[in-house]
Amino acid sequence: MNKTFSRRRLIKAAGASAAVATAGFPAILKAQGGGTIKIGVPTILSGRVALLGTSSVGGLKTVFDKVNAAGGIGGKKIETVVRDSKGQPQEAAKVTRDLINNDGCQIIIDAEASSGAFAVHEVIREVGVLCIHTNSETTSLTADPKLHVPTAFRTARQGIHDAIGGGEYAARIAKAKNLKKWVTCSPDYAYGRSNTAEFMEYAKHFDGSIQVVEESWPKLFQPDYTEVVTKVLNAKADAMYSALWGGDLVSFIDQGNLYGLFDKLTCFMVNLGDYGVVDEVKQFPEGVHSGGRYNRTVPATPENEAWYQDYVKINKSKPTNWSWENAVAAQMLVEALTKTAGDTNGKKLAEVIKGMTIKSPWGADGTLTMRAEDNTLINYIIGYGLSQPKEPFISAFQSSNWQAILELEKQWKKKQGYA
Amino acid sequence: MEIDALARCFGTASCLVTQLTSGLIIGMLLFLIASGVTLIFGVLNIINFAHGSLYMAGAYAAWTLYQVTGSYFLSAAGAAAVVGILGVLFERLLMSRVYGSNVLMQLLVCYAVVLICDDLVKILWGPSYLSMGMPKEFRLPPYRIFGGVVPPFYLFMIVTAMAIGIVLWLVITRTRFGKIVRAAAINGPMVSALGIRVNLYYAAVFGLGSALAGVAGALAAPVRSLTPGMGFSILIESFIVTVIGGMGSIGGAFLASIILGMTRAFGSVGFPLFVDGVMFLMMALVLIFKPSGLFGRAQG
Repeated sequence: MNKTFSRRRLIKAAGASAAVATAGFPAILKAQGGGTIKIGVPTILSGRVALLGTSSVGGLKTVFDKVNAAGGIGGKKIETVVRDSKGQPQEAAKVTRDLINNDGCQIIIDAEASSGAFAVHEVIREVGVLCIHTNSETTSLTADPKLHVPTAFRTARQGIHDAIGGGEYAARIAKAKNLKKWVTCSPDYAYGRSNTAEFMEYAKHFDGSIQVVEESWPKLFQPDYTEVVTKVLNAKADAMYSALWGGDLVSFIDQGNLYGLFDKLTCFMVNLGDYGVVDEVKQFPEGVHSGGRYNRTVPATPENEAWYQDYVKINKSKPTNWSWENAVAAQMLVEALTKTAGDTNGKKLAEVIKGMTIKSPWGADGTLTMRAEDNTLINYIIGYGLSQPKEPFISAFQSSNWQAILELEKQWKKKQGYA
Repeated sequence: MEIDALARCFGTASCLVTQLTSGLIIGMLLFLIASGVTLIFGVLNIINFAHGSLYMAGAYAAWTLYQVTGSYFLSAAGAAAVVGILGVLFERLLMSRVYGSNVLMQLLVCYAVVLICDDLVKILWGPSYLSMGMPKEFRLPPYRIFGGVVPPFYLFMIVTAMAIGIVLWLVITRTRFGKIVRAAAINGPMVSALGIRVNLYYAAVFGLGSALAGVAGALAAPVRSLTPGMGFSILIESFIVTVIGGMGSIGGAFLASIILGMTRAFGSVGFPLFVDGVMFLMMALVLIFKPSGLFGRAQG
């Protein structure tokens, strides 16, 4: 064994020490000493719905980049740590635990779809950090008191709100065009099932003559919809409602076009108008009643257009519905952290966010509120318009009335035993 | 269960035609993939678990070639050629080294290739989904047959897959190449002793099987969104086809593909919540009562 401390070893050791001093220590200090506020983001970054993750992160960047450029919150920069759950509930739970325990994240922005959001919700129940669900629209996540977690909030739109607004719109069209026989085609998981049941419930509520004659429940990420399309056609219905989304919706439209599906039925597709779908579908169907998810012209205000331009500049892609939902979460979080002077304690942040109202381009009256009673967002723009293959891709947009939505939501909650 | 709906469908010409063609469409695409799996197994006695990745490569290659050339036929042929070459490289560089190894080693090599392919697709084409859209040649209104609806592209898909199946059968049973391949499948060392370069034939069979997956990917590209990992779900179904039809039997794969396609098409009407269950049930029954599959050779 060479016991001498050679010049070469001395230089190596000095070099290594210098490297640690310049690079390693500040990183360690930052992680320990609160130089940054670390926010964990479990989401889907691979597979057919990777757009959910990428456009969610894009939405966060539109807010956090500006805050960091202005010096952060009380000198603390915001750092997001994004992890891919691949849309698997067990992976979403694992990733969330890892983000908190191993990566040192103090806050979670849960940008999972409903398939993973319920798993993340249960992790938050155990650990008690602040969590904002930004993409799960399944109503029960925040509406069911049995699932209530005091430090968990939702900035995603909520199925029941869309269902009431969409149901009222659909019933109006059904009455005018005499659409009695309906079919549904939605993905077979929590969001697809609950969204469709709620939509049809309210369509029937506003037009008692509507009846559902056929239901199709293709699996999430199913590659082939041929048998689903033909089943819908064979039902010889007047109208169809679908809650398919993302790449699944693109495949369904491509395959439905082959059969002339969209010419044979009056279609209502809540997720059609999103840019992620619009940009990928090569034969975009015209005249489909499409939910207003995100569109640069809804509302046609300078604030919305400015945010759209900002998003495109930062991300080199167009925003989606998930982008604004995440931008709202980021905005509320920044306001809350400013009020707590950068304190990331879950309970303290939850107290501030509960009932918070912010100015927003996507508020029905220019504001959005985090409703205190069930930690969910209200007053965002809801409505339907008609699809068209050219910009702005959605026309004749009709906004829903929030007062009516809130009234009916109250009754619905009572019926479900939630209130 | 909605057995009354199924009975009504059988009693209505339009529903019957639509669901029958729907079953053929699903079945023929499955056949193209499963025939590659079964061909490779029949000759090389290995199960190519990476076959779904070759299907994915076919779809992405077709998408890219379509962007460049604007011709669907050229892009489909190009995709088959590209994936065929990839298959030969895969066989020569990796799989040939694990012939005769235990199945776990082969599985490990294939799984590694699946992961590498998925990541390569993410790097080259991005993690999000892509859509080719319907080629101009097929943007036509659907045909009406006895009141049923049949899209022109699906008719092309069925005819192409059937033609490929027939050519494949003729090549294997009626040509010198096919005779050598069949002989090599039974006794490779003996064929080699006769002065035939068996390794060359092994590579050719692997390339042919891969090209079939490439064609399937190219046929699927206009109607299915393309994503990294898209080969996984179809691989499971093609294995069910291979097990039911009999490992190594092209005819068995053809019949089993049609059975599965019809199960999906009519199952969605009669028992929509149990379609997958019925498929796996059929596989289980075959494994219990005829483990070698409908057309497979009994072992030993």
